[in-house]
Amino acid sequence: MSDFRAAWGRIKALIIREMLSIWRDKRARVVLIIPPIMQLFVFSYAATFELNDAPLAVLNEDMGVASRDLVARFTSAHAFKTVAVLTNQKEIAEVIEDEKALAVLRIGPTFSRDLLSGKSPQVQFIVDGRQSNTALVAISYVNGIIEDFSLEQAALHGGARKIGTPRLISRAWFNPNFDSQWFIIPGLVATLTMIVATLTTALSVARERELGTFEQLLVTPLRPAELLIGKIAPPAMMAFCEGLLLAALGVLIFGVPLRGDILFLAIGLAVFLISVTTVGLMVSTLTQTQQQAQIASFCVVMPCIILSGLTTPIENMPDWLQTLTYLNPLRYILVINRGVFLEDLPIGVALSQLWPMALIGAVTATAAMRLFRSRVA
Amino acid sequence: MTRAVDPQRLRGFLRKEWIQIRRDPSSIIVAVILPMIMLFLFGFGVSLDARNQPAAVVIETSAPEAQDFLASLRANKYIIPRLAPDRPTATEWLRSRKVMAIIVLGDDFGERLHRADSAPIQVLVNGTDANTARLVSGYIQGVWATWLVDRENVSPCSAPTPINVQFRVWFNEDLDSRRSIIPGLIAVIMTLIGALLTAMVVAREWERGTMEALLTTPLTRTELLLGKLIPYFCLGMAGMTVTVLFALTVFGLSIKGSILALVLASSLFMLVVLGIGLMASTITRNQFTASIIALTATMLPGMLLSGFIFDIRSMNKVIQTITYIVPARYFVDLLKTLFMAGDIWAAILPNMLALAVVAALFIGITARKTTRNLE
Amino acid sequence: MADGLRFSDLRKTFTAESGVVKALDGVSGSIEPGRITGLVGPDAAGKTTLIRVLADLLKAESGNVDRPRGHIGYMPQKFGLYEDLTVSENLALYADLHGLNRNEREQTFKRLHQFTGLAPFGDRLAGKLSGGMKQKLGLACTLVVAPAVLLLDEPSVGVDPVSRRELWSMVRSLQDTGIAVLWSTAYLDEAERCDHVILLHEGHVLFDGAPADLTKKFAGRTWRIPIPADNDAQRKRELQRAGSQLPGVIDAQIQGRALRLVMSPDAPAPQLPNLKAEPATPRLEDAYLAMLDTRPRTPPPVEPIENPTFGHMIETRNLTRRFGEFTAVDHISFNVERGEIFGLLGPNGAGKSTTFKMLCGLLPASSGEARVAGVDLRTERDDARGKLGYMAQKFAYLGHLTVAQNMRFAAGVYGLSTSEAKTRIEAAIADYGLEQFANEPCGLLPLGIKQRMALACAVIHRPAVLFLDEPTSGVDPVTRHEFWARINAMAGAGMTIMVTSHFIDEAEYCDRLAIIYRGRVIGMGSPEEIKAKHDKTGEGLEAAFISLIESYDLEHPQQ
Repeated sequence: MSDFRAAWGRIKALIIREMLSIWRDKRARVVLIIPPIMQLFVFSYAATFELNDAPLAVLNEDMGVASRDLVARFTSAHAFKTVAVLTNQKEIAEVIEDEKALAVLRIGPTFSRDLLSGKSPQVQFIVDGRQSNTALVAISYVNGIIEDFSLEQAALHGGARKIGTPRLISRAWFNPNFDSQWFIIPGLVATLTMIVATLTTALSVARERELGTFEQLLVTPLRPAELLIGKIAPPAMMAFCEGLLLAALGVLIFGVPLRGDILFLAIGLAVFLISVTTVGLMVSTLTQTQQQAQIASFCVVMPCIILSGLTTPIENMPDWLQTLTYLNPLRYILVINRGVFLEDLPIGVALSQLWPMALIGAVTATAAMRLFRSRVA
Repeated sequence: MTRAVDPQRLRGFLRKEWIQIRRDPSSIIVAVILPMIMLFLFGFGVSLDARNQPAAVVIETSAPEAQDFLASLRANKYIIPRLAPDRPTATEWLRSRKVMAIIVLGDDFGERLHRADSAPIQVLVNGTDANTARLVSGYIQGVWATWLVDRENVSPCSAPTPINVQFRVWFNEDLDSRRSIIPGLIAVIMTLIGALLTAMVVAREWERGTMEALLTTPLTRTELLLGKLIPYFCLGMAGMTVTVLFALTVFGLSIKGSILALVLASSLFMLVVLGIGLMASTITRNQFTASIIALTATMLPGMLLSGFIFDIRSMNKVIQTITYIVPARYFVDLLKTLFMAGDIWAAILPNMLALAVVAALFIGITARKTTRNLE
Repeated sequence: MADGLRFSDLRKTFTAESGVVKALDGVSGSIEPGRITGLVGPDAAGKTTLIRVLADLLKAESGNVDRPRGHIGYMPQKFGLYEDLTVSENLALYADLHGLNRNEREQTFKRLHQFTGLAPFGDRLAGKLSGGMKQKLGLACTLVVAPAVLLLDEPSVGVDPVSRRELWSMVRSLQDTGIAVLWSTAYLDEAERCDHVILLHEGHVLFDGAPADLTKKFAGRTWRIPIPADNDAQRKRELQRAGSQLPGVIDAQIQGRALRLVMSPDAPAPQLPNLKAEPATPRLEDAYLAMLDTRPRTPPPVEPIENPTFGHMIETRNLTRRFGEFTAVDHISFNVERGEIFGLLGPNGAGKSTTFKMLCGLLPASSGEARVAGVDLRTERDDARGKLGYMAQKFAYLGHLTVAQNMRFAAGVYGLSTSEAKTRIEAAIADYGLEQFANEPCGLLPLGIKQRMALACAVIHRPAVLFLDEPTSGVDPVTRHEFWARINAMAGAGMTIMVTSHFIDEAEYCDRLAIIYRGRVIGMGSPEEIKAKHDKTGEGLEAAFISLIESYDLEHPQQ
C-alpha cells in the first residue's frame, strides 16, 4: 500500500510537470488549440460530396414547351448552374474537355413530340468522368430531377388517363438530407484529437532527449511504468478535453444532432486516446530526434486516417486491406462517434467497438512498456 | 565580385550533395520507396465506388412482379440484395450495419403497381455515410426506373412513358473511381515527398554549422540554390517515374496524353514542391520546424483542398478561393487530364502557367532569404 | 609582413525572449600579425559574436572593422565538417569552393596532410574521427587558401589534452609565417599561453594586453597556504571555509594540497592558525577574479547527511560494459568513501561517461558489480536511484517551468511529503539566493543562476551520493568557485561526490581521481600523488595526464 502511495506521489509530480510544460509554453498552447479548430472548420466545409452549382451546359434542339420546362428544372436546381447554352453538337466536346462544364444536357429535336405521343422521349446527359465521384453524384441528381419532371408531366397530361407512374419512396435514416457535414464532423472529432494526442506524445520524449532533460528524469526513482503513465496521461487528458470541445462546436455551430448517450462518446474517446498515446510513446522510444519522431508519427497517423473510413468507406477496400483496418483504432471510434451523434447507438454496437480498441491499447501499452524498459532504462 | 555561377564551385558542391545522398539512403527511401508504399496503400484504400453494397429485401407479396424486380436487383453490380424474412429483422440488420439499405415490397405491391398515384416500394437507407447513402439510394432508383421501362416494353401498361435518360460518361466510361483517384493520389503524394526532400537540406547545413563554414568561402547564392535544387530535382523525378510506372502496372492505368506533356508538367510541379521545402528550410534554419511546415502545408491541404477526392467546384466560395494557393490543385487537374483525357492543351496550359508562377514565387522568396551572412 | 586586423567600438545587440542582450558593448582591439591573440571569456561573454563580426558574417550596429587585404580564414566553433564525407572529400570540397586549380590543389593537399598528420586517414569519414582530429581537419579546410588572418572559435572544446597540445603547436607554427591568429577560449589557463589576450566579460573588454602584464599588476595579492599531507579531506574543507572568511579575501580555493587565496589590494597577508602563507605567482584566473572584485558567495553550512549504510559509498568490482564487439568499460574497480569528492578523468570516448552512466543507474552493466550507497545496481536499480542526485553537464530542466515549479517536481518525484517539500524548497531558495527568481521561467535566467537552480534541485532530497557531469565547463570563474565551495560544503556534511571531466581544472577540486583511458583505470590517487608520480616536468596536472596516457599507449600499442 505504501509502495502504491509512493508510486502515485511520483506519478503525480510527473503529471504536474508535463501539464505545466505544455501549458506554460505559449507556442505549444497555440499549436495544440488553434489548428484543430481551424481544421474542423476548413475540412467540414471542404469535405463535401454534395454538388453545388456544378457548371452545366445545355444543348436544347427541341422547340417545345416541355423541353424548356425540363431545362428550367435543371437551372433552378441548386446542384447545377447553367454556364453555357450550346447551339450545336460539336461544342459539347469543347466545353467538357476544357473543363468549362462538368456536364452537358442534350435534349433531342423530337423530345416534346415524343412525350406527347407516348413514345419514350430521349435525353442525353454527358458528364466528365475525370472526377468519378462527382459524375456519380451528378447522375443521381439527374435521376431525381427527371423523376420529378415525369411526375409533373403525368399530372399535367395524365388528366385524361387518370393514371400516374408507380413510384419508389426513398427515405434515409439518421441523415435525411444526406448532409456531408453530419458525416464528416463526428469523424473529425476523433481524427483531429488523434493527431494532437499522437504528435504531442511522440514529440515529448524526443524533445526531452534533445534538451538533455530526459536523462535527468531517468536518474530519478521513477519506475518505467510510472514514467510511461506520466508521459501518456497529460496528452491523453488534453486531447480528451479538445475532443469534447470539437464535439460541442460540431453540435452548436454545424448543427450536427447528438442523439445518443454522451457517456459512450466519453468512454469511447478515453479508450481510444489511451491506445493512440501509447502508440505515440512507442514511436517516441524508437526515435532519437524530434524530427524523426515527427516523420515516424506521420507515417503511422496518415495511413490510420486514410484506412479508417473517415472519408471513404472501408467496405470499398479490397478484402485484405479491410482485414488490416481491424488494427486501426480510429476505425472503431468512428463508428462510436457517428453512432452517438447521428443515431441512438445501441449498447451492443458500442461494446462491439470498444473491446477491440481496448485490446489494441493493451497490446500497444505492453509493447511500449517493453520498448521503454529496453531502450531507455 | 565573383561570378554568379562558377563551374568548378558548382561541380564541387554538387559532388558533395551527391555523396551525401548516396551515403545516407534516407533521402532515396523518401523519394522512391515511400511514394510506392503510399500509392499502394492509399490506392487500394481510397475508393469511392459504392460497389457490392448489401441491401436487405423484404418481400411480403406473392405477386410475380416482385420476383422479377428482385432479379433486376440481383443483376445490378452495385447492390447485393439479401432476402430478409420480415421488417424487424431487416431493421435490425440496418442498425447493426449488416446492410446499407432496406427495400420493402409490401403485400399490396402487385395492386399498387397498377394504381396511379401509388408507391409500391419503400426504400430505407442508412444515411450516416451521406455519400454512400446517396449513391445507394440513386442505384436503387436507377434499377427501379430501368425495370419500369423494361416492363413497359414487355407488357405495355397505361402509365405515361418515363423519360429515358442516356448517360454518357466521358473519359471514364465505367465510372471507376480508381482511375480518377490514382492520378490525384500521385499528385498528393509527390507534393509531400518533394517538400520533405528539400525541407531538411538547407536547415541541416545551418544546424550542423556547415553553413557558417560555407559562408566564408566564395560560394554564391545561385550556386547554393542550384546545388540544392539539381540533385533533389533528379531524385524527385526518379520518384515520380517509379510512382507512375507503379500506377500503370499495379493499378492498370493508362496514359492518354503524351509523355512529353507529362514530363513537362511533372518538372514544373517538382520545382514548386522542392521550392516549398527549400523555402521552409531557408527561412526556419531548423530541420524540425521545416519538416513540420513541409508536412502540414502539403499533405492535408493536398488531400482535402486539391480536388483529389472532394470536388473543388462544390466547396463554398471562401474555401474555393483558398484552393488557389494549393499547388497540388493544379497538378491533380493536370494528371487527371493527362491520364484520362489526353493532351487537351486548353486544360493543360493554364495549370502549367499557374505552376510556373508558383514555382517562380517560392524559389524567388528562397533566393531572397538566402543570405551571405548570419543575420 | 601582412597587416593586422583592427576594430574599434563595436556594438551588437540581440533581441531574445528575455529582452535585449548586449552581446558587444563597445569592443575595440586588434589582432596583430605574427602572434596568437587569445580571446578569453566565459560562455555568453560575446566571444562568438565578436568573431562573427570580424569574419563579416554579422553586421555590427556601430563601430569599425579594418580588415587587411587577403583572405580571412574562419573556423567556427563546430567547424562545418560534413561528417558523412571522408577527410579527402571534405578537403576537395573546400578546394573546389575556393577555386583551386589542379596544380595548386596537389601541392596544398600535400602541405596540409603533412601539417596535420591526417594523410593516413584520407578515406575515413569525418564523423568517425576523434574530437582532436576533427579540429585538425577543420583547421586544414580553413587553410586551403593561406589566410592573412585566422579566426579560431574555441578550437579546443571537446579536444583531449594530448590533441590540444598538438593543435596548439600547429597554430604556433603558423604564427611564424606572419599570419595573425585569434584563438578564443573559455579556459583561462589556455589563454595564459597566448602572446596577447583580450579578456571579454559581458560584452566589455576587461583587459587587452600580454597576459604577463595583467598578472604582474596583481603581484602580492595571491597567496598559497600548503596543507600538511595528512590526507584528511575534511580538514582541507574546514580550512577553505576558514580561509574564505578571513578579512580582505576575494576568493579562497582548494588547489590540490594547498589553499589559494586572492586578496583585496590593501589587505594584510592571510593568516591561519599553525599554517604558513607563502606568496604565489598570480595566474590569469586570479587576475580575472580580482578585477571583477565580486566575491563568490560563501555557501551556508549544510546539515550533516545521515547515512545508515556501512562500508564504501560507491563500490565497483570488475565493472564491464560492452556495446556489441566494442568494450567501452573493461573491468574497472574502485571504491569511493563517504564525504569524498572523487573524479573520473579521461579523454572523450575513453569510457568515463559509460562508467558514470552505469553508476547512476542509466545503463545496466554487462558484467561485474556496482553498489551505490549500499544498494546493488544490478538488482535494485530503482531503489538506488532514490539515493542519488544527478546534475547533467547541460542545463537539463524544462525552460518554461519556473524555478519553484522545477523544485516542486524534484521534491515530488523523490517522494518528499508535501510539508517536507515546502520547507526544503523555501530553505533551498534562501540558501541559493534564488528569492527574486523563484517565479521566473528558468530558461530565461542567466547561466550562473541556472546552475544554482540545477544544483539546488539535484540535492533537494539530500542524496547520499551526488553525480556531477562536467559541472563547470565554460562557466565564469566567479560562478565556478562558488559552485565548488558549495560542493565542498556538501562533502563536508558527508555527501559523497562523483565528478566526470576531461577538463583538468575541475580535476584539481577532487580529493581523489581515477584516470580512465581505453576502458581501463590507468592511474588513481589524489591530484598531488598523480602529479608527483607522472609529471616529470613540473608543469602540472595536465602534463601528468598526458604523460600517463602516452606511456600507456607505448606499453599497450593498439592494433
